[in-house]
Amino acid sequence: MNQRIDVRGLSCPLPVVNVRNILLEIKNGILEVLVDTGTSKDNITRMAINIGWKVEIKEEGDEYLLTISK
Amino acid sequence: MLKEFFSSRNHVIFTGIFIGISAAFLQKLGNPPNMGICVACMERDIAGALGLHQAEVVQYIRPEIIGFVFGSLIAALIFKEFKARSGSNPLIRFVLGFFAMIGALVFLGCPWRTLLRLAGGDGNALFGLVGLVVGIWIGIFFIKSGYNLGRNQRTHPLVGWIMPIMMVGLLLLLIFQPQLPSGAVFFSSKGPGAQHAPIFISLVVAIVIGFFAQRTRFCTIAAIRDLILIKDTYLFTGIISLLLAALASNLILKQFHPGFQGQPIAHSYQLWNFGGMVLAGLAFTLAGGCPGRQLFLSGEGDADAAIFVIGMIVGAGFSHNFATASSPKGPGLWGAASVIAGLIICIIVGFSMSDLGKKRMEVKR
Repeated sequence: MNQRIDVRGLSCPLPVVNVRNILLEIKNGILEVLVDTGTSKDNITRMAINIGWKVEIKEEGDEYLLTISK
Repeated sequence: MLKEFFSSRNHVIFTGIFIGISAAFLQKLGNPPNMGICVACMERDIAGALGLHQAEVVQYIRPEIIGFVFGSLIAALIFKEFKARSGSNPLIRFVLGFFAMIGALVFLGCPWRTLLRLAGGDGNALFGLVGLVVGIWIGIFFIKSGYNLGRNQRTHPLVGWIMPIMMVGLLLLLIFQPQLPSGAVFFSSKGPGAQHAPIFISLVVAIVIGFFAQRTRFCTIAAIRDLILIKDTYLFTGIISLLLAALASNLILKQFHPGFQGQPIAHSYQLWNFGGMVLAGLAFTLAGGCPGRQLFLSGEGDADAAIFVIGMIVGAGFSHNFATASSPKGPGLWGAASVIAGLIICIIVGFSMSDLGKKRMEVKR
């Protein structure tokens, strides 16, 4: 079962900080992130790639599902 | 493809360079010295034009502020990022906007003008910059302690359109300049408020900046915050580009005058240059972004950011009416007291809205 986190509606920088904390804790595996703004999608993607994770972005209506894996 | 290009580092560097060059040229074309663009000062001028304060030298409807919102709105509509949203503790955001402005007007500039003052050779801005970093650092302490203003909610598109429509109203007042018996609309006949570039040029330049800033998420607070908090240099390269481009442009345009004394629209009371920006930096960090970013967010439908902007404009009115704003002669009568009061209130907000305060509330229950 993949871990999943919903960061919709949160102000900067909470989406990226919350996701980063989980990635640093689990070290590897798959994390699904539900995001509602382009800013959070970009910030989380950049942060995850910077610390060595892969990111897959899927648009769901006007929201995004990011699948972050290592 | 296009979306990827816009979020690339090259693009944020380009945005920083464009803002830096634009600011220097807007000054050359008539804007006040080292104030080609200053979000706080320009909102303060708008507050004056509307009669929210009576400081006769700083009253003008600055088209740059209007253009920032329009530019962001256009980008958000084109790229389908316009989403009306609100409800993340708006009253707290109003208070943060209010005190961000109080602090900025003690220093005499927002984070954008801090960089532009440095690029113009104003050494006093170094103390403001250090204050800004300290304020952001305090904000980061609260963020690490679980600070959270809560989730916003999607709402009717009308709510997202309110700020852009308000800007249309301001633009109409600027173009037609109605003269009412009260004296409104108030426009300065001398001082910084009387110095401005041609309306059309300012508006177009600001629309372009708003467009690119919305795409790149340009933010002077996040630039420093992200560097410290998550070691991300993306936005930081943007503000360094801004600084260097403004510096180079000022050198070419002979607008670079290094020193501490007699700097334009600045004072040398370094404790309060520092203190004012600690307050502003903390308030901006707790609200999630710099004053420019709040305008860009307002343009893409974020009503909480719009409330922050309105808090800043009201704060500007209060600041001049209650002598908390500085002048080139130094801090106002209540300048120091207002910075201390603002810091106490922002720290209470940071404490209350983080785990530090929430834990305590749970114990009480």
